[in-house]
Amino acid sequence: MAEAQRSAAPAAAPSVAAPPVAAPLAAVTAREAESLVLPSREVENPQSALVRFGTDKPLRLDAGVELSPFQVAYQTYGTLNPDRSNAILICHALTLDQHVANVHPVTGKPGWWEIMVGPGRPIDTERYFVVCPNVLGGCMGTTGPSSINPHSGSYWGLDFPVTTIRDMVRAQAMLLDHLGIHQLFAVAGGSMGGMQVLQWAASYPERVFAALPIATSTRHSAQNIAFHEVGRQAVMADPEWRGGRYLVEGTNPRRGLAVARMGAHITYLSDAALHRKFGRRLQDRANHTFSFDADFQVESYLRHQGISFVERFDANCYLYLTRAMDYFDVAADYDGVLARAFKNTPTRFCVISFTSDWLFPTPESRAIVHALNASGARVSFAEITTDKGHDAFLLDEPELLAIMRGFLDAAAKARGLVARSR
Amino acid sequence: MLSRLKRDLTMADAARSPGGARVDLLFVADMVARGARVLDVGCGDGELLRILTERRDVDGRGIELSREGVNECVAKGLAVIQGDADTDLVDYPDDAFDYVILSQTLQATRHPRQVLEHMLRIGRRGIVSFPNFGHWSIRLQMLFAGRMPRTDNLPYSWYDTPNIHFCTIKDFRSLCNAIGARMERAIALNAWGKPLRLNAPWWFWNLFGEQAVFLLSRKY
Repeated sequence: MAEAQRSAAPAAAPSVAAPPVAAPLAAVTAREAESLVLPSREVENPQSALVRFGTDKPLRLDAGVELSPFQVAYQTYGTLNPDRSNAILICHALTLDQHVANVHPVTGKPGWWEIMVGPGRPIDTERYFVVCPNVLGGCMGTTGPSSINPHSGSYWGLDFPVTTIRDMVRAQAMLLDHLGIHQLFAVAGGSMGGMQVLQWAASYPERVFAALPIATSTRHSAQNIAFHEVGRQAVMADPEWRGGRYLVEGTNPRRGLAVARMGAHITYLSDAALHRKFGRRLQDRANHTFSFDADFQVESYLRHQGISFVERFDANCYLYLTRAMDYFDVAADYDGVLARAFKNTPTRFCVISFTSDWLFPTPESRAIVHALNASGARVSFAEITTDKGHDAFLLDEPELLAIMRGFLDAAAKARGLVARSR
Repeated sequence: MLSRLKRDLTMADAARSPGGARVDLLFVADMVARGARVLDVGCGDGELLRILTERRDVDGRGIELSREGVNECVAKGLAVIQGDADTDLVDYPDDAFDYVILSQTLQATRHPRQVLEHMLRIGRRGIVSFPNFGHWSIRLQMLFAGRMPRTDNLPYSWYDTPNIHFCTIKDFRSLCNAIGARMERAIALNAWGKPLRLNAPWWFWNLFGEQAVFLLSRKY
């Protein structure tokens, strides 16, 4: 759901952000105009590995229709061992993508989970084979609303079927079939990624040896649906959205999407983190200007977050992916009884939450743990103390890294994966 | 909620086997059958779970109140969750485990009777170890100093102790009778972690046992 981490560095944000007189959400610079093209290039021909599923392999969607043909873009790191038992699937959050541990082809920034994934990291790429696909409905190479609809020859736009977390997971399972990986050693992800982890464990228990749902929930809360609706309405209120046909009409609802992003970004942080970073400090000025410029650093920071987000993300994608999260409710598929979703599960779980996460607060994780206990699952659960809010799962939290490493090491031992000599 | 860990560290300074493990934990572990499913309620830093996993090959789970203890356990690869014995045992289904263990935990719960009842509902057997408040040194401290006792194993002042429900071996036996628990085995350990004579009468254990370990099962 979140990826404030790189650009969240307080030193960088205000300096990049708006000059005092600019109205950054309205202005479109030459650089930004150029960037309009970049994501769409990634949509059809991404700088990632790509698998295309033809009409012989349609994807059955929860909406009751089939998607065919479609494609999945993915990154891999490390080497698959001979018995194909060391694969870890990483599921990304709402506005992240498959570029977990490499320089991002659009933004040029480091991968979003390099603190967690890489040689010698908790998800050790010298030991494990890591796969991260772009989600179904995304805009970085996997088929989504900004892809070309082969039936019409134009962009899907709002003709794209509304997809769910379970659809995303089905597409991922088809990717793993294609890669010849039957059982995953582990599935890990935070936020919307955590939802996919839980769906994996419910849909394909025998294919998941270990599951690490982080800062997530088995169902999206009313408050979170409400936040998403505000974001969607911001996008749709932008005249450039053109009823979802902006790609055809050559416009871009960048202001609406930026506002959506600004609102969402607040939910990824915490009161304490915002106070620590910005307080009431002013941005490059000594006094209030008695105007609606970004007087405060926190305003400047949010505008920067909004404007940099639209460079790499598609507005309709944002609508579809937030909708997928809203519809997510694992228990609903099992007569409302969450424990039934995990009945007799062979999967071992490591559930992690953060004290200051108010988007996916600890009680949501506790509900997962209760259900897993009731179904007799082997589960570890840790709540990590931090003031960094929901985004903490992306940050350098030593306790998070130690817990992930400890859990994976023990699971690897149980799975019979020998530590690679280094 | 560092108290539990602190107490464990204090206990750790007490009787240890040549292998480095706390002696009372070894007696607990000795009561567990190989390969069993075990829930350790109040598992602290996970030492008992580690011993059980290594020596008895159990499928072990833990509940621990302190966040530090939980995170330490999970980082060690143990299946431990943060939770409270008083409120969270209710979520576990009947007969979910072969053994539920309360190792030095019962006296720190708010409702020991309910916790014991849940223990015997969730587990086919229960193992309880606790400090015996009927030990002669505690009786003497009360008698002569006229103050709440403090010992090496119970170093807290009355106002900041996590141990809010002390009992004697005799008290514990009567609670077991009240809830219909069968005492399958019992051991009392002296201050040096050595078991007292098996055939000694209960009053002797109650006077000279500093720790007690009980293996319980359901009568009905």
